[in-house]
Amino acid sequence: MVSLPASYPVLRTADGVPLKLSLRRAERRSKLRAFGLVLPLMLFILCTFALPIGFMLYRAVANPEIVENLPHTTAAVARWDGRDLPDEAVYAALAEDLKETQKTRNTGLVGKRLNYEIPGVRSKVIRTGRDVEKVDAGPWKDVLIKADPMWGQHDTWVVLQRAAHPFTTYYLLSAVDLRWDSNNSLARAFPDQAIFLTVFGRTIWISALVTVSTLLLGFPVAYLLASLPVRSSNLLMIMVLMPFWTSLLVRTTAWVVLLQNKGVINDALLSLGLIDERLNLIFNRGGTVLAMTHIQLPFTILPIYSVMKTISPTHLRAARSLGAGPFYAFWRIYFPQTLPGIGAGCLLTFILSLGYYITPALVGGPLDQMISYFVALYTNRELNWGMASALGAVLLVMTLMLYGVYNRLLGIDKVKLG
Amino acid sequence: MTIKFTRLALWMASGAVALAMPSVASAQDFTMVSWGGAYQKSQEEAFVKPYMAKFGAKVTEEEYNGEVSKIRAMVQSGTVSWDVVDVDSATVRQACDEGILETIDYSKVLPKKDFVEGALHECGVPNIVYSTIFAYDADKIKSDPPTKIADLFDTKKWPGKRALWKNPFGNLEAALMADGVPANKVYETLRTPAGVDRAFKKLDTIKKDVVWWEAGAQPAQLLASGEVVMAQAWNGRIFDATKNGKNFKIVWDGQLQDWDLWAIPKGSKHLDAAYKFIAFASDPKIIATQTKYISYGPAVLAAIPNVPPDILKDLPTAPENSKNVLVNDAQFWGDNGEELRKRFNTWLAQ
Repeated sequence: MVSLPASYPVLRTADGVPLKLSLRRAERRSKLRAFGLVLPLMLFILCTFALPIGFMLYRAVANPEIVENLPHTTAAVARWDGRDLPDEAVYAALAEDLKETQKTRNTGLVGKRLNYEIPGVRSKVIRTGRDVEKVDAGPWKDVLIKADPMWGQHDTWVVLQRAAHPFTTYYLLSAVDLRWDSNNSLARAFPDQAIFLTVFGRTIWISALVTVSTLLLGFPVAYLLASLPVRSSNLLMIMVLMPFWTSLLVRTTAWVVLLQNKGVINDALLSLGLIDERLNLIFNRGGTVLAMTHIQLPFTILPIYSVMKTISPTHLRAARSLGAGPFYAFWRIYFPQTLPGIGAGCLLTFILSLGYYITPALVGGPLDQMISYFVALYTNRELNWGMASALGAVLLVMTLMLYGVYNRLLGIDKVKLG
Repeated sequence: MTIKFTRLALWMASGAVALAMPSVASAQDFTMVSWGGAYQKSQEEAFVKPYMAKFGAKVTEEEYNGEVSKIRAMVQSGTVSWDVVDVDSATVRQACDEGILETIDYSKVLPKKDFVEGALHECGVPNIVYSTIFAYDADKIKSDPPTKIADLFDTKKWPGKRALWKNPFGNLEAALMADGVPANKVYETLRTPAGVDRAFKKLDTIKKDVVWWEAGAQPAQLLASGEVVMAQAWNGRIFDATKNGKNFKIVWDGQLQDWDLWAIPKGSKHLDAAYKFIAFASDPKIIATQTKYISYGPAVLAAIPNVPPDILKDLPTAPENSKNVLVNDAQFWGDNGEELRKRFNTWLAQ
């Protein structure tokens, strides 16, 4: 708005209110109305999207097992200087807490948490709990060490002291193959447990492969859809959308039937005499990428198609009439205009592929399992929700970083969905 | 006109409310959860339907694949909707240690001595004896079939893929037995790090030929489609496939026997109905009827004479099948299951 010189008389509306004030009030009203319309959706997204992600991030660092179940030990071991072994007061606190956990049947939880960092310790903790329950008094240090020698080891107490905090970095570090060693310094995780960096790399690689294949296969289809006359274009569109509307599980199972050893493809190739021995098409990387490409194709085709529909055919004709060859005209005039659609389609496909779980589980081999398989494993079988949340948190951060890179390179405002 | 409309609206509203109100729930209603497929079908026919008929109750059935996390989520959030869950012996230990199962009051079921020795647990009532075996399609392997557990690992004589459970349970034991460890020394060996390394080394020899299954119905399916030439499976699922016309043969050598148990999640809202069902299903005459539908042996001692004779030869406990039996050491898996699963998953992913 142009600001008027101070000597100018203040403009007023018919009822004497200054024009600026009246305008601001009217704008605020329309803004509130717009906000009111968006409010239900915002609340919905907050409840179903933001809150669960917040809980997941919280669970990735939450460490309640020791703090809640061994409260006296937590307080006592905080005062330990970390050298040799703690003194009798700490042992007494531990014994008191273990007696309580035996009553509430939570000793197993304590053992489970310590077991993450010291393998094999869970049953020892449970056994200690049972032994302590029977003893009434006495120098607790001796009682506990007699129950299991692990309580006389410096490393055990280092781990316990580290675990006796409301928050922990253990899960997040494990998710990137790191750990705290006995000197409380960062070290690489043990080689027989360090798989997550490989799996994250594999997830990104497979997603990239799927994105590139959907682009190569989908661009010509989108071009055809955009340039054919309406009748054939509609028919082709139905053929693109129909699989899109079919259940994901049905499509994946169909691929199993096609690709399996005695499946349709192998039988057909064998009977045509094109191959002598049955091909291994399933339970490997090829099968996984193939099935995922098929499922992701409509996600790539549709944004590109929408953008292509807005490109006027006269541009190409003008370029040709000015002397450009067919490929040159396509590459310099048509293709750059489709880039926003390509960006949208590829971004959508890539991010969706990062989270794939069902297809690699059914069609892939053990070396094709993506990160979501491990999230499901830790959630369902291992009951280690801290680890599952940490893996999810790392995946989220990784996705945001890749999105940031994409934004820097191409610019998100250049993405168009139609 | 307005009065008529109002009255009509009132009638419609009350009718809608009456329809929307849930029917009165009987105290015997509850939710039962099991492993799906042929096994759950057998429980439905032998226990659930007769229970519903006898007590006029409504039993809701659900399925799961052994994921303890679902029980834990329910107990932690306080909304326990499962009342009776069929769990395996490793799960009952793990879940009981975490405090998410009710302690069983055996006075409401049967005296403890009535159950198979070694199967009892404070948080679960044993129901079946099942076995992890491996099977092959006799239509495809017509001559010189496999007869020993070591044959599962012999890809020279019987080339082709094998189907194994995506779980170290059953695989580590089979690997050691195939490597020459006698059945009575298997768990002793597995308690040593060298023993576990030996098992994984043996599994490495067939790793590239394995198709890993996760649901109990898959191994029979993989055998039938010809995807694998031998499949490790739970014996009842193979029996069900042969009942449906397939010519699968089970190799009983090196069978790994284990029990399933009925467990009650802590905080279940239908505790009485749950106990009533478990007592009903543990009755020696009733539990024996399950063998009509699936070849799992009853865990109740008094039920064994009631088993129909024609099914006896298919039970894991039949003498002709029990020449080289390994009985599961639930204590071992309870203590070391978590590490071994972690190591197994890492081994799989590398």
